[in-house]
Amino acid sequence: MKLWKSWVIATKDFSTFREKKNTIYPLIVLPLLFSIGLPILIGRIGNVIEGIGNLIKVIGLPILITGSSSNDITVLLNSFSFFYIMFAFILPSTLASYSILGEKIEKSLEPLLATPITDTELLLGKIITSFLPCVAIIYFSAVIFMVLSDAVTYNTIGYLFFPNWNMAIILLLAVPLVSILSIQLNVIISSRVSDVRTTTQLGLLLFLPFIGLYIFLETSIISLNIINLLGIFVILFVVVAVIFSISKAIIQRDKIITKRG
Amino acid sequence: MIDVENLTRKFGDITAVDKLTFHIGEGEVFGFLGPNGAGKTTTMRMLSCLISKTSGKARIAGYDVSDETDSLKIRKIIGLLPENNGLYDDLTAYKNLDFYGKLYECSKTQRKENIEYFLKLLGLWDKRDVLAGTFSKGMKQKLAIARSLIHEPEILFLDEPTANLDPESSKTVRDFIIDLKKEKKTIFLNTHNLDEAQRICDKIGIFNTKLMVIGSPEELEDSILEKKTAIQLKEVNDKILKALGNLSLRNLTIDNNKLIIDVVNPENENPIIVDAIVSAGGKVQYMTQINSTLEDVYLKFVRGKK
Ligand SMILES: Nc1ncnc2c1ncn2[C@@H]1O[C@H](COP(=O)(O)OP(=O)(O)O)[C@@H](O)[C@H]1O
Ligand SMILES: [Mg+2]
Repeated sequence: MKLWKSWVIATKDFSTFREKKNTIYPLIVLPLLFSIGLPILIGRIGNVIEGIGNLIKVIGLPILITGSSSNDITVLLNSFSFFYIMFAFILPSTLASYSILGEKIEKSLEPLLATPITDTELLLGKIITSFLPCVAIIYFSAVIFMVLSDAVTYNTIGYLFFPNWNMAIILLLAVPLVSILSIQLNVIISSRVSDVRTTTQLGLLLFLPFIGLYIFLETSIISLNIINLLGIFVILFVVVAVIFSISKAIIQRDKIITKRG
Repeated sequence: MIDVENLTRKFGDITAVDKLTFHIGEGEVFGFLGPNGAGKTTTMRMLSCLISKTSGKARIAGYDVSDETDSLKIRKIIGLLPENNGLYDDLTAYKNLDFYGKLYECSKTQRKENIEYFLKLLGLWDKRDVLAGTFSKGMKQKLAIARSLIHEPEILFLDEPTANLDPESSKTVRDFIIDLKKEKKTIFLNTHNLDEAQRICDKIGIFNTKLMVIGSPEELEDSILEKKTAIQLKEVNDKILKALGNLSLRNLTIDNNKLIIDVVNPENENPIIVDAIVSAGGKVQYMTQINSTLEDVYLKFVRGKK
């Protein structure tokens, strides 16, 4: 396996992304909005605690707002941290499916697969393509989120909430793994279907388990502690490794080339 | 260089390529000639290790196309120009070639030299920093050809390189292929263009799901036993037609007082025919022997299938 070939593919994709700015920009906007918007919301928590309670009821997040407001704030900050795992799942999906569908649309898979490149090298290249920009954006916006949150909550709770172990595990373990998983799933889907809409819909379907997990966490069936996070991490790691080891089955050359329409 | 034996590919119930067998030697330019849907692209994809075969054997430079390690070695020594050029519209001409040069494991200097060499040769050097997406069809095809040669492959697979090109670009591409011939590259050329096959190729296989006939253009032309004699008369009248009718000719067409007659053995048959015409009062202005063309051979085999 020649890793540099994967890098060659990824850098090629980065160059084409540069020409397709409208695929990248929406990706930056969503996490940035969250990262700036949420701390502002929390900052005003004293006044609008009721408002948030209502808002949370409206968007269906079963957070129990009880006790002192500094307690509320830490609960909120923790559950907002979980959003970064979701970003890790949502953000790469557009890029990942585009990186395969784009090749299909340009009909460039045929000359590409005719080069001496292995399926693993190709799959890894496509993972890097989507992984690096997405994780960079997530880290960047997470830093903004943590700094802003600390700034607006320090007076109320009396200490700097971030950085903490939960967020460290989320950012350093869960985010990379979930991104890779999301990319792998989207590569699988997009190498089998040829239109963007089907891919997005299937991609959203895959998102359901995460919603489920989130609800479990919020309803305290599973709590968001370090042990549980590590458990989730181990499961993810195994899934990602298994999928990667069957990259030959994912990049089915014959099907990719002969699939019509 | 290319050895194929009973190569077969099915798509569900459809057999696209049926028990194909042939051999192409080193430095040969082989024209794989057949109508649309004949299975040419399918064959080329099997030979360039892009799709699997249903049965049969195929070896490229001694390597087995269906063996995984061999297939990497094959892909290193072949160049492919697919049916669709498959260029990256969002990359410049230069970057398109450089990307493939890297994947083909060319050194930095080799890439630099070859990109410059081919872009200059194909008249695209001035456009090297222009996005490929802005190119005309002809320019894209030239760029795709340069891409297939960037790693100096021993064997070149070209899938209908001049299809959908204007006459001017077709000629450039065709002349370029003829130049490649001088470099002793083995070339496998898919085409439905008879003229192209005849002008470029050393060997032609007429193919329509099955291989009908294979040989040099001359061999193919001679393979049709029927020959034609054309006789221009001053005037064709009933008396002449009656006289000819008595000869029980195999096939006679008349166009503008020109008789075209199928003959098997012109040396024996022509004098008899001329005698009959002259006896009936016909005036022969001139007569010629029409040799069968590749087109006749092609039509015979392609139509004959149905
Ligand atoms: N991916 C595919 N799925 C189903 N049938 C196919 C596929 N590719 C080719 N065929 C069929 O195989 C036959 C040969 O196609 P092709 O190799 O493209 O012919 P050519 O290149 O000579 O025009 C056609 O009948 C075509 O419909
Ligand atoms: Mg074809």
